[in-house]
Amino acid sequence: MSEFLQLLFNGTALGARYALVALGFVIIYRATGVINFAQGGLLALGAYLAYALNDTAALPFALAVVGAVLLSGVIGAATERVVLRRMVGQPVFAVVMVTIGMLFILEQTITSIWGFEALNLGDPWGVQTVRAGDVVLATRDLWTIGLAALVLAAFFAFFRFSKLGVAMRATAFDQEAALAQGISARRVFAVSWGISGGLACLAGVTLAAGPAALSPGIGAIALIAFPAMIVGGLDSPGGAVLGGLIIGITQAMTTGYQDDFFPWAGSNFAAVMPYVVMVLILLVRPYGLFGTKEVRRI
Amino acid sequence: MRLPGTTRGPKVHGLMTRRYEDDLRLFGSGKAKLGLLALVLLYVFIPFFLTSDFWLSVLDYAGIAAIGALGLNLLTGFTGQVSLGHAFFIGLGAYACAQFGGPDELGLPLPVWLFCATLFGALVGALIGPFALRLRGNYLAIVTLGLIFLGEHLFRNLKDITGGNSGTNVDSEASFLGLDFADLSFAGENFSFNQGYFWLIWGLVALVTLLVKNLVRTRPGRALQAVRDRDVAAEVIGVQLGRYKVGAFAISSGLAALAGALFGSYQQFVSPDEFGLVLSIQYIAIIIVGGVGTVFGSIIGALVLGGLPGLIDKYSDSIPGVSTGSGDSGFISVFSLNQAIFGLLIVLFLVFEPRGLAAVWLRVKAYFKAWPFSY
Repeated sequence: MSEFLQLLFNGTALGARYALVALGFVIIYRATGVINFAQGGLLALGAYLAYALNDTAALPFALAVVGAVLLSGVIGAATERVVLRRMVGQPVFAVVMVTIGMLFILEQTITSIWGFEALNLGDPWGVQTVRAGDVVLATRDLWTIGLAALVLAAFFAFFRFSKLGVAMRATAFDQEAALAQGISARRVFAVSWGISGGLACLAGVTLAAGPAALSPGIGAIALIAFPAMIVGGLDSPGGAVLGGLIIGITQAMTTGYQDDFFPWAGSNFAAVMPYVVMVLILLVRPYGLFGTKEVRRI
Repeated sequence: MRLPGTTRGPKVHGLMTRRYEDDLRLFGSGKAKLGLLALVLLYVFIPFFLTSDFWLSVLDYAGIAAIGALGLNLLTGFTGQVSLGHAFFIGLGAYACAQFGGPDELGLPLPVWLFCATLFGALVGALIGPFALRLRGNYLAIVTLGLIFLGEHLFRNLKDITGGNSGTNVDSEASFLGLDFADLSFAGENFSFNQGYFWLIWGLVALVTLLVKNLVRTRPGRALQAVRDRDVAAEVIGVQLGRYKVGAFAISSGLAALAGALFGSYQQFVSPDEFGLVLSIQYIAIIIVGGVGTVFGSIIGALVLGGLPGLIDKYSDSIPGVSTGSGDSGFISVFSLNQAIFGLLIVLFLVFEPRGLAAVWLRVKAYFKAWPFSY
């Protein structure tokens, strides 16, 4: 039982990170109809910015994280303005490929500035743990779950109650009608990319904190957050969070129980488990759990 | 879904096709036939006067990439099905080559193992195809992305077949009717490994180009393009969606496996690290830079991008800022520079020239056709 609880906790912490990344995908997708493959690059960049502010500019850790989140938001909005704005009206394939191209450029920019070596993020959590019965809770995982819950609650409140949030939902629902109501679609696009960049940065920081260390490879988590987003449905923020938790917990359980139940699946099967879950769910529900079914006309 | 291939953008005046018969032509007319003859002569004589192993290997890799890119362009450019999983099928072909052609395994002769690898790829592609019936656009892109990861997992774990993480030797015999392409000698002359493979690879490029060109100009090709332009409308005018989508996946994967088989037998060694997402992206970059939805664009793209990594590696000493060794002071490594250039080319071409080098070529041709009255 304690092993199960331990895995459940680990999975929830992992799922919280996936949820942050997947929510970033969904916000951009709802506003602009683009799946942003460069999210992984933004995530790594955000974590490196936090490192730079903390280590090089000698700011306190909390302040460095806030600064990095803001900077990442600005970078996200700038990306939209400089590159993606030119792709409006282009086919899905072209837009997806542009974001993949940006991912490559971002990754290589990071390695040419900070190198390939693993760095210490300088977070105060380190390898500390808290014991609850037989379950060992890592401090950074507790912080991750807490921060993610706080941020997610803030976003759902933002979408529900703030004027800009409602404008964003209106634009996602019907762009032309929103424009006719005087909503600035440009502002909505910029804010969406900004929020998404900030979320990516936060996910990056929680991922690189503690024993994990900061390396250019952390952007790869975005590739596992894809299944999380798809499982929940491309355009459902709630679905993204649920999808993140499903994927995170499944992955942790696979790590823990694979040797007992299906050792034949090969070593490190947990790494590909998210994709297996995704394919199974898509076979039953082609638009994910909460995705809107696309209406197709001739 | 519309692709930047044939349906949008400014009119290209190089394509002055006036009659339906001209549109159906396989070989073009007049000057185009002369151009083709020149290409055949180049094909026959390049290995005689180009003996440098470096340049021959650049051309050999480009030829392999051209075959794979033709397959991807058929699927993505002509049928509009986005696939990030091309590298998986390339890997499948490479391992199939080791299995069908290796002397310790089945030990089949060259044409047979090439055919078997292609067929194997096509069969697996046909199994993946039905997903394209249920999923569209972004969902399909991410499922094919999953294929890469699942494939890599299989390559690493089916140790008996693939040799696991450490890879496997590919020692398939490359001989056919007494011609051993790995160690070619005829009329009293001996040719190197690279020279022999040049003839083998580019001969197959010509064959595949002919097949693809023939496919896209005829009825099935028009059906595929109708599916690309709007699949519901295509279905309404009588195109069987299932048949053509699955068929496109099968042919595309078959060609990818053929490219993979050549890749394996040319390198004589393959490991799972080679068939990751980066390889898929390289193939997508090839068709974007060459021209999405064009046959000869795939080959131009493969020549430009297939040769690029080798060139950067060779001339990295003279490019400023590139570090070649661990003690060097450059800010970017050769590998990083390659990746960054692929990314940059994809972004720049899509933003500024979404129809690729093929469109640039047609514009240049049109300019000289009307010269000096180029308006």
